[in-house]
Amino acid sequence: MTLPFYLSEPFAWHALLAAALIAIICGIIGIFVIIRGMAFAVHGTSELAFTGAAAGLLLASNPIAGAFGGAIVVASVLGTLGVKERERDANIGVILAFGLGIGVLLLSYYHGFATQATNILFGNIYGVSNGQLGILLGVGLLVLLATAFIYRPLLFASVDPEVAAARGVPTKLLSIVFLYILALTVTAAAQIVGTLLVLSLAITPAAAATRLATKPKNVIVLSVLFAFIASVGGIVVSLASNTLKPSVCVTTISFALYVFARLYGKTPPSRKATSL
Amino acid sequence: MSQAQDTVELTKATLSRDSRVLWHELNLAIKPGEFVAVLGPNGSGKTSLLKALLGLLPLSSGNVDILGRPARRGNPHIGYIPQQKGFDADTLLRGRDLVRLGVDGARFGFRKASLLAEHYIDEVIESVGATAYADMPLGLLSGGEQQRLRVAQAMVGKPKILLCDEPLLSLDIASQQAVTKLIDMYRRNHGASVVFVTHEINPVLRYVDRILYLANGRWVVDTPDVVLQSQTLSDLYGTKVEVVRVKNQVLVVGESGVRVSQEAHHGGEA
Repeated sequence: MTLPFYLSEPFAWHALLAAALIAIICGIIGIFVIIRGMAFAVHGTSELAFTGAAAGLLLASNPIAGAFGGAIVVASVLGTLGVKERERDANIGVILAFGLGIGVLLLSYYHGFATQATNILFGNIYGVSNGQLGILLGVGLLVLLATAFIYRPLLFASVDPEVAAARGVPTKLLSIVFLYILALTVTAAAQIVGTLLVLSLAITPAAAATRLATKPKNVIVLSVLFAFIASVGGIVVSLASNTLKPSVCVTTISFALYVFARLYGKTPPSRKATSL
Repeated sequence: MSQAQDTVELTKATLSRDSRVLWHELNLAIKPGEFVAVLGPNGSGKTSLLKALLGLLPLSSGNVDILGRPARRGNPHIGYIPQQKGFDADTLLRGRDLVRLGVDGARFGFRKASLLAEHYIDEVIESVGATAYADMPLGLLSGGEQQRLRVAQAMVGKPKILLCDEPLLSLDIASQQAVTKLIDMYRRNHGASVVFVTHEINPVLRYVDRILYLANGRWVVDTPDVVLQSQTLSDLYGTKVEVVRVKNQVLVVGESGVRVSQEAHHGGEA
């Protein structure tokens, strides 16, 4: 079967639509993940999406709804335990280990198709149904709007927390809100690349972008563009190849873009001394 | 002529943390255009005082008013200059972005800064002499350059009060002078009050109208000539402290084992 054939099929369009939306939010969120040093939070919340998905699968045969529900629970727990950088990583580690254990337990009660379970870990965007696509789009738009609304104070609090607090930015509240945004984004991205490979959309494109641009606006545009090329491009390549899994294509393209950025990006410019 | 309203007014203000009294029944009223330096040993509550003025730390008792109203979080009439911190080389902001956050960084919503604001930001950057490097990533700038931009960031909201928390720390002498001069110029041009926390009085001494000296839960506030006397500081510390003047530099020297303000250690550099 050929690419043109697939592109006339609804499942392919579902996949591409979901991939495009997820790319946009991942590209934006990834920047904040890097500034705030939250790579481990991405990894932790995404692996815990596995537990949520397993619960959703078991209770309602709906892993996506379960994963989003789980993301909300995880963000709430982490936010309650504390959002300061040092304690945060330890908290995530603790919750991650326990949560994954529960996930394994839940899955052992599930007697449906075993692929449903591996789909959670490695992603299966082609299996997205109409209803699931609806959830994905709804969550994506919500995250996009919320991020745009808090963008400036979040940026302020992320790069310059002391002055931001002095100027009245509710830095602690923003940390918690961002945890929710992150958990939802990561869970959405997990639908494409799987919970184990989420970092390839939530960090790699942003990391590549920071190598190539300086203006914050340009960094975000590039980051979104890279995430878009990786996720949409990955799906197209996977369809064209007929055999490759989309998650493999997505992570490979994403990594290739990063390598490109490292090779051709700015070396920190040595600057002329400015006398003061 | 009517008396100008006090910008900062602390009345019987007491702050305790972890059952330790930082300052007890502090009274201080600051006039527009006044430059008040806050001195004292580490842990004497200098930074906590700024936090109280910013509305981030509630007093244990007493009142703190800003422009006649109780201190509150996010008061747009207050500008804040922190101590210099090294931004990472890959920090996403340029100097200009840092200054812009002083305009709209605390604002939620979708609206962008207007073109007018952009021109104004340029003006402020120009006024602190940072135009040449305003478009470079923050991480590549020297400490002195970063602090100039910090001053611009604080000034850009045209505050009536500038709170400075050790803004000269780890700067070379030329930058210390440049940054201090900018702060002084702003307060003169805008009649703004300056509250300047420092452990090192010498770089700012010529600009200072009054000194608030905190130590051991006690405090004294007066002109530099009065505060920087052996007798005044000995009374404050409750132990013998010597104030020595060498070539227009003030050194506060305690007997061995007595921790005093750190001028004694740093005075020689200035």
